[in-house]
Amino acid sequence: MGPSSRLLICDDCDTVYRLPVLGRGEVARCARCGVVLARHHRLGLDALTALVLAALVLFIQGNIWPVVTLALNGQQNSTTLWGMILIMWHDDAQVISVITAVTLFFFPLFNLLTLGWLLLFGRQGRLAPAFRPLMLAMHYFGPWTMSEVFVLGVLVAMVKAKAYFEVFPDAGIYSYAALTLFITLFAGIDLRRLWDLVPSRRA
Amino acid sequence: MTALPRAHQLGLIGCAVCGLVSRAPQFADAGCSRCGSVLRRRKTASLSRTWALLIAAFIVYIPANVLPIMRTASLGDVDDNTILSGVVELWNKDSQGLAVIVFSASIVVPMLKFLALLVLLICVHRRSHWAQPQRAMLYRLIEFIGHWSMLDVFVVALLTALVRFNVLSSVEPLPGVIFFGLTVVLTMCASLSFDPRLTWDDEEPHE
Repeated sequence: MGPSSRLLICDDCDTVYRLPVLGRGEVARCARCGVVLARHHRLGLDALTALVLAALVLFIQGNIWPVVTLALNGQQNSTTLWGMILIMWHDDAQVISVITAVTLFFFPLFNLLTLGWLLLFGRQGRLAPAFRPLMLAMHYFGPWTMSEVFVLGVLVAMVKAKAYFEVFPDAGIYSYAALTLFITLFAGIDLRRLWDLVPSRRA
Repeated sequence: MTALPRAHQLGLIGCAVCGLVSRAPQFADAGCSRCGSVLRRRKTASLSRTWALLIAAFIVYIPANVLPIMRTASLGDVDDNTILSGVVELWNKDSQGLAVIVFSASIVVPMLKFLALLVLLICVHRRSHWAQPQRAMLYRLIEFIGHWSMLDVFVVALLTALVRFNVLSSVEPLPGVIFFGLTVVLTMCASLSFDPRLTWDDEEPHE
């Protein structure tokens, strides 16, 4: 273990710091560019595991239950997230169908499952099988999950439809709204904290 | 040496993926000892990639705004909507708050991203010292808000799936929404390929 193991380099400007020790609620910011370097870890790995499992349940509910129902002259029509993805595919908007499937279904699901898997082992201080490839994948998929944008999109669509139809929010959208809160909670988590589980060795 | 030493001055390098600090390797393409990712001082060809993606995004942004994104049909009455007409419609239907949100996500955010990346790129080319902390903040802002532009795409997809009452009423997506979705993807790729460290690299050669 070299002397560099206790150092931290700012991702946004390359300034080198000694790893700070943070108290409750403290945040370390880069003195050159102002980016957040580190936060105090309020939640332990156990609490995180619980949050991820809860988020996974919400995600499943949000996907199997319809999100909104419209009614017109006694006719009713509702959709789930996948209903929306499939209809975009059949309506000659395959590009949109793929973007939607990836940003609202595959990446969020992958991230939740992976985080759960890594934490399940991590809370026992162990490295999960396939730790490295999974961590790399999460790093690259991270910016492409958009569940929170979807919730706002549902709200906008409901208001637009309200002028012509009766609009009923369904269970799915409540699950999604709750999921968004959970995702915001662990958006603040530094994935790099999990890398610290890897025993260091000399390069 | 300044009070805030930078990695290269100390002969160090930080891994872009896992954050591990290593001694700067002597040979190219050395991997991080913890996660195995290739250690690079700066993102590869950051400037040319960002320019290319930004220009591509701007090209698809034009049809995204000019072409209609969605068609609503009810009893033979057909109405095509563009991004802007959707906002106007919300405003006129007494949903001003929501109109402002959609206007911000669909029009202000993409424009802001184009302008911000343009400013960031030009300043790096000129090795400008101008407003470095503000430029760093601008970059963080566009990283943070970038994906909210996808809002209108999801709205069109949802309305298409929901409004299916045969001849009574139906909604179908039009090509504008595809171009708009591509604009969002391309601007996100552009801001991901920009290396914010370049903003502070005034005295050193790039790449």
